[in-house]
Amino acid sequence: MPFDIYLNVAVGGILTGLVYGLMALGLSVIFGVVRVVNFAHGEMMTVAMYIAVTLFSAFHLDPLIMLVPIAATLGAFGYALQAGVINPFITRPEHSQFLLLVAVAIILVNILLIAFGPDAKTVQVSYAYDSYQLGPLIVDATKAYAALAALVVAAALFCFFQYTTLGTAIRACADNYTGALVVGLDVKHLYALTFALGSACVGAAGVMLALIVDVTPSIGPAYTLLAFIIVITGGLGSMPGALIGGVMIGLTEALAGLLFTPSAKSMFSFAILVLVLLFRPQGILGKKVA
Amino acid sequence: MLGRLTEGLSARTLILLLLLLAVMLAAPFFASDYLLTVLILILYFAYVGQAWNIMMGFAGQLSLGHALYVGLGAYTAAALYVHFGIGPWIGLLIAIPIAALAGAFIGYLAFRFKVGGVYFAILTIAFAEFARVGFDHLAFTKGSSGLFLPVAQYSKNDLWHLRGQPVMFYYVLLVAVVAAFIGCRALLQSRIGYFWLAIREDEEAARSAGIDTFRYKMIAVVISAAMTSFAGVIYAFYYNNLFPEQVFHISRSIEIILGPIVGGVGTLFGPILGAFVLTGLAESLTEGLHAIGIDIPGAKQVFYGICLLFVIMALPDGVWPWVKRRLGLAERAP
Repeated sequence: MPFDIYLNVAVGGILTGLVYGLMALGLSVIFGVVRVVNFAHGEMMTVAMYIAVTLFSAFHLDPLIMLVPIAATLGAFGYALQAGVINPFITRPEHSQFLLLVAVAIILVNILLIAFGPDAKTVQVSYAYDSYQLGPLIVDATKAYAALAALVVAAALFCFFQYTTLGTAIRACADNYTGALVVGLDVKHLYALTFALGSACVGAAGVMLALIVDVTPSIGPAYTLLAFIIVITGGLGSMPGALIGGVMIGLTEALAGLLFTPSAKSMFSFAILVLVLLFRPQGILGKKVA
Repeated sequence: MLGRLTEGLSARTLILLLLLLAVMLAAPFFASDYLLTVLILILYFAYVGQAWNIMMGFAGQLSLGHALYVGLGAYTAAALYVHFGIGPWIGLLIAIPIAALAGAFIGYLAFRFKVGGVYFAILTIAFAEFARVGFDHLAFTKGSSGLFLPVAQYSKNDLWHLRGQPVMFYYVLLVAVVAAFIGCRALLQSRIGYFWLAIREDEEAARSAGIDTFRYKMIAVVISAAMTSFAGVIYAFYYNNLFPEQVFHISRSIEIILGPIVGGVGTLFGPILGAFVLTGLAESLTEGLHAIGIDIPGAKQVFYGICLLFVIMALPDGVWPWVKRRLGLAERAP
């Protein structure tokens, strides 16, 4: 096999990995602040994918234009979910939270099944088969746009947390729950806001992923797992870590699919997860917690 | 022996338990074929729920990958039967060590490297998923095209080869559920049981009290995995077909743990009650929606999910503590 093929597959994997990274960023933000593992993460992304697919097939709205509105819709859903359902559970044991979000996931998946049926849907934009040639490298236009958008969204989120008062307040909640209460922060509202931000991330990721992969109602759990793997690999609570983890997993999957068989590619992601958990449980960029 | 078994049980509890057992023993004589299959499902989930509860409910280790042990048990027994004609009970003797070893391996890695809480849960998912993809490519068990056991119309029940009618599986599972219930009660009242509870409540404190937490967490994983593999053997011989995509799938692991969580984590009767509640709910939703003419795929699961949501929001400790108070079985507060 010529070297070119490896290079092309690797670049494709990295670009897809950035979108994965954005999806995982949503999970990381939610877990890092609210301390709840969003087991409905992949399912929420599937909802965003279906919104993108439907808007495109009904009104020919390009998913990249609809990125912000769809992300905002998911954000609103996330806010309502946290404020209405999850907030009473933040002090309850993990298995209780787990069951709650599994119930949410079951409801979402099956509403999608009722609304759209079990068949795979896809977005066929006019530039679906366009590509850019850079020397020996051929880059899919859709993947390049998706990866670029993922970077922009991630950068915006980073700036929000770093430079705005609201972002600082949310970080305060994450660092010290009691302290945040003491200084008079509305923690429940900030938690809901965080869940909204995380949901908006996964919504944006879903819109872009709709350009790259087919969507069926049942793909949710696989992406939930993928998000877990990425977040743990990159380091929980580290925003660049989520992106780097995403790139690593995207690259691994692409190369494993090329070198072995595509159906076995997820085994390699799991192997990476196990290795990271054992030898660097705080993740590649995570900080060691005592 | 019998005295120790019933020690600490009020007369009321004992009578209700025996009454339930009598009803369950007599059920096949009155139940329709359909109801019998539902009862088998309930017993199956009660049993695996009980096994999972040892890890989570007693020792506080959240496993989200118990489908791994079901699958290993099922595939070991089925492969031995298909390839070498070795019967399920002998197969069980091989399946149990395999599942126990898998449990010990995961437990060793996790507990030695101090992987705990949510991370441990995700590690267990990862191993189950790893097995799913692995078995998809394992030629010995026919990979993703599925492993099938020879089936015939059985007029007689051959208990030794587990070939027969559903009623035989019903009684095998009933015995298993009763044995698991008694076994778990005995464990909970033993030294190990108290150590587990100490670890569940506060691992640091347990360690400083001199409990070898690594050792007792390992024991919990191994017992739980070994028990679960038996359910896998029954699964294989009851359904007669195995697909990695179905047996090891994460949704199987979730199914296993819904019962004990809904019933009440850490309680002895929670997994049994949870199995009745959830399987009963699922089946009555199927029937109910069918009766009012809604046959849309997914509609049942939406209602199921909504019910689950309300149960967990209204009764965060599970249904059993609530039912226990209603039945007047709860210990009175001093």
